[in-house]
Amino acid sequence: MRERLSGNEAVAYAIKQINPDVMPAFPITPSTEIPQYVSTYIANGEMDTEFIHVESEHSSMSAAIGASAAGARALTATSSCGLALMWEELYVAASDRLPIVLALVNRALSGPININADHSDSMGARDSGWIQIYAESNQEAYDNFVQAYKIAENPGVMLPVMICQDGFITSHGVENIELIEDELVKGFVGEYDPVHYLLNAKEPMAVGPYAVSNYYMESKRGQREAMLNAKHVILDTAAEFEKISGRKYGFFEEYRLNDADYAIVIIGSAAGTAKAAIEQIRKTTHEKVGLLKIRVFRPFPEEEIAEALSNVKAVAILDRSEMFSGTGGPLGAEVTAALYRAKSEAEVVNYIYGLGGRDITIQDFTEIYDELKRIADTHEIRDNYRYIGLRERGRDNG
Amino acid sequence: MISDRINENSPWQDITQGNKLFEAATSREFITGEWRTQMPIHNAEKCRDCYLCVPVCPDMSIIVNKDEKIEFDMDHCKGCGICAKVCPFEAIKMEVQG
Amino acid sequence: MNTVEIRWHGRGGQGAKTAALLLADVAFKSGKYVQGFPEYGPERMGAPITAYNRISDEPITVHSNIYEPDYVVVVDEGLLDSIDVTSGLNPSGAIVVNSAKGADEIAMKLKGYTGKVYTVDARKISVAALGKYFPNSPMLAAIVAVSKVMDKDQFLGEMEASYRHKFSKKPEVIEGNMNALRMTFEEVCV
Repeated sequence: MRERLSGNEAVAYAIKQINPDVMPAFPITPSTEIPQYVSTYIANGEMDTEFIHVESEHSSMSAAIGASAAGARALTATSSCGLALMWEELYVAASDRLPIVLALVNRALSGPININADHSDSMGARDSGWIQIYAESNQEAYDNFVQAYKIAENPGVMLPVMICQDGFITSHGVENIELIEDELVKGFVGEYDPVHYLLNAKEPMAVGPYAVSNYYMESKRGQREAMLNAKHVILDTAAEFEKISGRKYGFFEEYRLNDADYAIVIIGSAAGTAKAAIEQIRKTTHEKVGLLKIRVFRPFPEEEIAEALSNVKAVAILDRSEMFSGTGGPLGAEVTAALYRAKSEAEVVNYIYGLGGRDITIQDFTEIYDELKRIADTHEIRDNYRYIGLRERGRDNG
Repeated sequence: MISDRINENSPWQDITQGNKLFEAATSREFITGEWRTQMPIHNAEKCRDCYLCVPVCPDMSIIVNKDEKIEFDMDHCKGCGICAKVCPFEAIKMEVQG
Repeated sequence: MNTVEIRWHGRGGQGAKTAALLLADVAFKSGKYVQGFPEYGPERMGAPITAYNRISDEPITVHSNIYEPDYVVVVDEGLLDSIDVTSGLNPSGAIVVNSAKGADEIAMKLKGYTGKVYTVDARKISVAALGKYFPNSPMLAAIVAVSKVMDKDQFLGEMEASYRHKFSKKPEVIEGNMNALRMTFEEVCV
């Protein structure tokens, strides 16, 4: 179905098609429209999800945990400080192995207070035990959401899934999108049939028991195993999804990477701008430039990334969040580690870009590719951790 | 017994997903009576069967048997002495355990 | 057709964002690939806002703002004094300003811009056609007339269908809105 929707509308539409059981939510910019649209669908009788108006995000995630433990297919949506207020519950949802789906619309964390896109919210939650899947476009946000429950509810996984898209850039931008017919989506996602659930009178059970030192570590190792299992489940789900949509997904997208000498690794909507830069560069200077766009950040596809980058001379890893280690961003650290373990000889540089909604342009990407070429030619990195799009003394700040 | 299946020697592979327990009232298997340093001594002659001690026991270790007399569940009684304190007839006395 | 990039300047509450989304909508219906997106800040009623359109025959992947637009639409003439509305504007494109003044007079305010300037008196048209001031419909018709991103008759057809859907409970306003569009096409001679 050819349509034009904003990213928020697209995710809300996927929610309508899936018609989950329970949605507790609390509004926060830029994700507010998602519960708004869902509430409208419910009010119009187009879906019968139980919507719970809660008083905070701490409560929305708590209610989602309760609903999921009871046996319901549960979800919520949030952004930024809303995700931060869920912090405690994020870890509980993951350790209780509850297949909740969270529609996250990425926005910078305060402070300074800011409503625009960056990945500081979800990157801060990267160790919480949630699967994290990111989108470049409205299409991908929709497609990822349709795939989410199949991954979360797989018996070998049973982990919560965060479906992320960039605040405003995709959430409020209207673009062309191909929607999938209701019946196909419903057939693909299927009904949730939990094996164990609190409302089952035939099987009394306890959820979330205290785990002393004698059990805690074994429990965490179990979560890691679920993350490892998630890898093949994510790929299997993508293969099945391709059958109903014709669209291909994996852990990441390789864009003109096959013959590339210089590669950028990036997450989210800016990948689309990088693609346009690549086309321009390949047409004008004929430099072999390519892109690796991360879709699945948790579980982290370390070996696969290293393999995909095995032939490049220089790599720029772009982070849309600071982590104040002083030495790089989260994606930079993990991709660099992946390359080190694979004994890669590529030169690596880490950039921070786009914090708090700072725009990144085709020209910025061209500058990065020029720099990669210089580094590959001279083997002189100068500064392996830098910002792009930053006003600095001694620079033309345009 | 759940502790036959999951215990402090269980490898991580044997821990249930999310540490969920698929049985009710599994706390019975946890013998907290071992923690006791004092034990309650019941004086049946002084006891008027008022059962005030029953609801105040934090471990539900005072049971009314079929003869309508109280009994202590010494597997779970932690010896806290609340029952002795609440008894209006001094029918329960705490004694240091030897 | 290569990608046409349009930048809208307006004030919060005037409907520049809505107009950009409407243009995306109607171009979409004519078979194009579209983007319509606002630039969000701490805006409120009356504060200057910017919105953007990309319209193309090919899928669009770029997700940055537009710095070198082919066309600029200014919904509020007062912005000419405070905002550099022609910044980066392609001289072979055009700027469309909502104003009762002539294009020559407006062009004098756009220092350094050598491309075409069009004005449309959206207030006059809106009041004549609708009895109220809604600058959206005239500005939308004006940018379609100037940029030719789609055929006039196709545009009018799609807009009528859209108004019929939107105003299904107020059919009396459909004709007024359609008149506003038609009057704009007559006023903006390209």
